[in-house]
Amino acid sequence: MTQVRVLAGTHKGGFVLTSDGKREKWEVSGPHFGGWDVYHMKGSPVDPDRLYASQNTGWFGQIIQRSDDGGVTWQPVGNDFTYATAPGTHLWYDDTPRPFEFKRIWHLEPSPTDPDVVYAGAEDAALYRSADGGSTWTELTGIRTHATAPSWHPGAGGMCMHTIILQEPRIYVAISAAGIFRSDDGGQTWRAVNRGLKQDGIPNPDAEAGHCVHHVEAHPSRPDTLFMQKHWDVMRSDDAAESWTEISGNLPTDFGFPIAVHPHEPETVYVVPITSDSLHYPPDGRLRVYRSRTGGGEWEPLTAGLPQQDCYVNVLRDAMAVDTLESAGIYFGTTGGQVYVSANSGDTWAPIARDLPAVLSVEVQVIP
Amino acid sequence: MSSGVTTAPATVRVLLPAHLKTLARTGSEVEVRLAGERLTQRAVLDALEAAYPVLRGTIRDRATGKRRAFIRFYACERDLSNEAPDAPLPEKVAARLAAGDEPFMVVGAMAGG
Repeated sequence: MTQVRVLAGTHKGGFVLTSDGKREKWEVSGPHFGGWDVYHMKGSPVDPDRLYASQNTGWFGQIIQRSDDGGVTWQPVGNDFTYATAPGTHLWYDDTPRPFEFKRIWHLEPSPTDPDVVYAGAEDAALYRSADGGSTWTELTGIRTHATAPSWHPGAGGMCMHTIILQEPRIYVAISAAGIFRSDDGGQTWRAVNRGLKQDGIPNPDAEAGHCVHHVEAHPSRPDTLFMQKHWDVMRSDDAAESWTEISGNLPTDFGFPIAVHPHEPETVYVVPITSDSLHYPPDGRLRVYRSRTGGGEWEPLTAGLPQQDCYVNVLRDAMAVDTLESAGIYFGTTGGQVYVSANSGDTWAPIARDLPAVLSVEVQVIP
Repeated sequence: MSSGVTTAPATVRVLLPAHLKTLARTGSEVEVRLAGERLTQRAVLDALEAAYPVLRGTIRDRATGKRRAFIRFYACERDLSNEAPDAPLPEKVAARLAAGDEPFMVVGAMAGG
């Protein structure tokens, strides 16, 4: 029987939520690593029982956990994320140079072809690769030592590498607040690909780097089409990020964090509009997912089953995911501890869990 | 016996905070055998990490080897956190640790969150 497994990383531990293909009744397992921030959990596309989790606190630092049985048991693996070369500097909020300093892993991206290969995106921005199931990590230094890196500023949440899109040998990464970068040689060399992004409040709004990208997604069938939720603006590219055009259209606000693409309809896109950069909650206290079936520009609110009054949660950048079932499932988690599922492409929603710690990330797996 | 030096490699009791106890899958108190005769903070922590490799990076920063900001070290009602890692421990502290009368305490500092 088909099983659906949702991996929810939260501010106080990781949770594994399971259901059958109907996605109506759910079992909750956890908290795993209780009391720790779990920024991200993600499974291998080729071995769904192989899971990776990023666990950290300000007290005890970074731990990477691996499960080989679908999240029933976990084993700490390697946590040596020492920069491979001299740290170099970036700019601090006050424009003074500051050495890169490892703080945590924001995002884990398992290889689509090898369960032992996994990439990790760090704060301060750096990219690591493991080829032994997370036991050891090698930094791909080309991104941290990019020519623009000395000019990068951290976003409000830190200078985090939060997005990793693997189309090997092509790789995209996105860094807040540096922008999106593309490598065509497996992560050795990188190019800033931010043309068309606009950034109010910086001296050169068309700067090569310095863009506060919040999240980027691509549909597997159209690897050169990318959808981006930026600090402000929802954007798309159809030329592998060589250029970007705005698709915010009729959204009530184009500020937000996550963005997702329908698994079977590459022109169907989802965002969760948030009031503004200073008001991190939905407009009017109404939690609405917006869906565009036209690749952006024209958006419709999806509200059935979502709170439409007095709701002041946020949905963070890695906290939205889609499954691959025929009737597509869309999932997101909130800073209020709710995880919602729609088993019909967003038409109606229901909570899987209501009272978890603040949700930092949501991923989903379909196990045949 | 001079300060910080035991006559034989010492076995030291180490008290762990709850999260590290869970991570190391052990009790809150462990015993570690020092590799050499010098009883220093570094010797204790090196022995602890050798016995429990999962704790590497959780007490001392991986890159710098320095105590993490929200970790403190106590023994015999003394705060040793800012003592040099290679300095011999005070004679009375070393004697009581080596005798097993007192534990070396790794403490997660009280801070919000």
